[in-house]
Amino acid sequence: MQVDEPVLLPRLSRVAVCGGTHGNELSGVYLVREMLKTQKGKVDREPASVLMVLSNPRAMQQCRRYSDTDLNRCFTHATLKCLCPSGPISEGAPYEIFRSRELNAMLGPKGSRAAVDLICDLHNTTANMGLCFIAYSDCDWICLHIFKYLQKQMSDTPMRFIHFDVSNKESYSLDSIGKHGFAMEIGPQPHGCVKSNIYTAMKEGVEHMLNWVGCFNSGCVFEGGLVEVFTMVKNIDYPRDGETRNITATIHPHLQDRDFCLLQPGDPLFQTFSGETLTYKGNEPLYPFFINECAYYEKGIALSLARKKCVTVPSIWVQAEEEERTSERSFASEEEE
Amino acid sequence: MEHASVPPLFNVAICGGTHGNELTGVYVVRELQKQKMEKVGSVSITTVETNPRAVAAGRRYTEMDLNRCFTDVLLSSPITESTPYELRRAQELNAQLGPKGSAEAVDLLIDLHNTTSNMGLCFIFYSLDWITLHIYKYIQNKMSSMPVRAIQLDIPISNAYSLESVGKHGFAIEVGPQPNGVVRADVFNMVKEAVDLTLAWLQEFSSGHTFEGGTVEAYTLVKSVDYPRDSAGKITAAIHQDLQDNDFKLLRSGDPIFLTFSGETLKYEGEDLYPFFVNECAYYEKKIAFHLAQKKTYSFPSICVKKD
Repeated sequence: MQVDEPVLLPRLSRVAVCGGTHGNELSGVYLVREMLKTQKGKVDREPASVLMVLSNPRAMQQCRRYSDTDLNRCFTHATLKCLCPSGPISEGAPYEIFRSRELNAMLGPKGSRAAVDLICDLHNTTANMGLCFIAYSDCDWICLHIFKYLQKQMSDTPMRFIHFDVSNKESYSLDSIGKHGFAMEIGPQPHGCVKSNIYTAMKEGVEHMLNWVGCFNSGCVFEGGLVEVFTMVKNIDYPRDGETRNITATIHPHLQDRDFCLLQPGDPLFQTFSGETLTYKGNEPLYPFFINECAYYEKGIALSLARKKCVTVPSIWVQAEEEERTSERSFASEEEE
Repeated sequence: MEHASVPPLFNVAICGGTHGNELTGVYVVRELQKQKMEKVGSVSITTVETNPRAVAAGRRYTEMDLNRCFTDVLLSSPITESTPYELRRAQELNAQLGPKGSAEAVDLLIDLHNTTSNMGLCFIFYSLDWITLHIYKYIQNKMSSMPVRAIQLDIPISNAYSLESVGKHGFAIEVGPQPNGVVRADVFNMVKEAVDLTLAWLQEFSSGHTFEGGTVEAYTLVKSVDYPRDSAGKITAAIHQDLQDNDFKLLRSGDPIFLTFSGETLKYEGEDLYPFFVNECAYYEKKIAFHLAQKKTYSFPSICVKKD
């Protein structure tokens, strides 16, 4: 491939913007409600149609992360197919399992030609992460270009691209339903609260994303370039009491709020409740994020750690319709395999 | 200068987890229990995790807000099968630390809370009694690197609904900002220091030290402002960024207070007052976007313990 020749990619005809996947992450809840009010649901926003979805209405109504189980872990192929597709769900099944099937039918099915072209799933975090894209791939040029575009349009907002190196088979979150997808994660915001600066950043982010989709579909060529990507390496749990499993320390004051500031071996990591400092014992310096995320206490995660690298993103251009039909035929034959 | 001799204080109760997702108090109480803090000088210390069920569930409360259960009426209401857990628990706590209004009640009750609002460290109390004012002044002087403020709720004790009203003297220590369900080390350290200083004051007081009088500024609650809501009761705006995190900064007519989700700014109309509990997560359901207070100055005499 010649360096200056744009990569041709199919148009993004159907885009879904989802909020309230976690019912207490309120920026997305109020943004999707506002967009539903002003755009009245599925609207042709030339040249793409945009679906607004409130993913977990029951959790939203309770203002909780989830009702029975975390909806954003219910989208693995295994979980989506674990029940007979045409049969009734057993009465005891968690609400979110039921809901994940509905969302998969609405926006998927995952892995099929019918799936929406792009899902943007809106989230908040109590961690000081600014605006982050979280995606399973570090070479999905659509997601990387949208990120690059937002970085340019919202240059005052700290913005990072986080890559979770999880295979398609194991991918578990809502955004994995679409042909392309990412979570837009913005913090810090307490769960159950909406802060106007966070809401505004999310609103702008979504508007710019939809503008980008419109431009892309209309035939704009987007110049390539370098994008910094943080690839998740591992999580670190809190120190815990052997019997009760209660945490015995919390994030050290020197680390608190310092997401994406390089953590070196020997740097303070935790402060015990009796005042002792515990240090980072890893071998290599890594970039911390999701530092002191409220919802992760129960998942055994005090912080996540990433390596940083630069990804060369090629120029891209929407595929003409003829070429799209050819590639659809080859997609179909792949599906049959 | 005026001087008062006051009766000795024999016991203090330190309470945490009254709201199960306000975690600093939970971990301060657990740490005190681990250190076996049972006495300081001649003062005995009781530590209580007040709402263990809510703490286990990671929620403010399971059935009703425990910290609204301590009015005289609710404390004397009969227990039936349908009585909410928190009301039963309030009556248990009243038996353990009270009874409220009686001679057996604990001398001093301190209840530890967190808020999502940017309030720094606040003492919240009903009555301006001299013990509370002296402890507040003592802590404010010793913790000079951070904002320490006093909030007074002008409610008669019989109607006083929160836990600290059970003690002969009592106050809540409210510290923020901290998200519900999160424990921040800086906030933990602040609260632990305030508790340690309170115990130090009690020890000095009990050993006969005279504490100089003076004046103190306190914020007295005047009224509350709710969010704008639609016909379904859902909020249609967030706290405006000019007000967000500006607790205790004087609010004047014409100042922005809300930003609607469609981008419109709504402004405050009314007398100049001081906002606090700005964007407190737990108050959305109580229909409070922020409280407004007047600032008043109170003077108090020097005190020492009454000698036999």
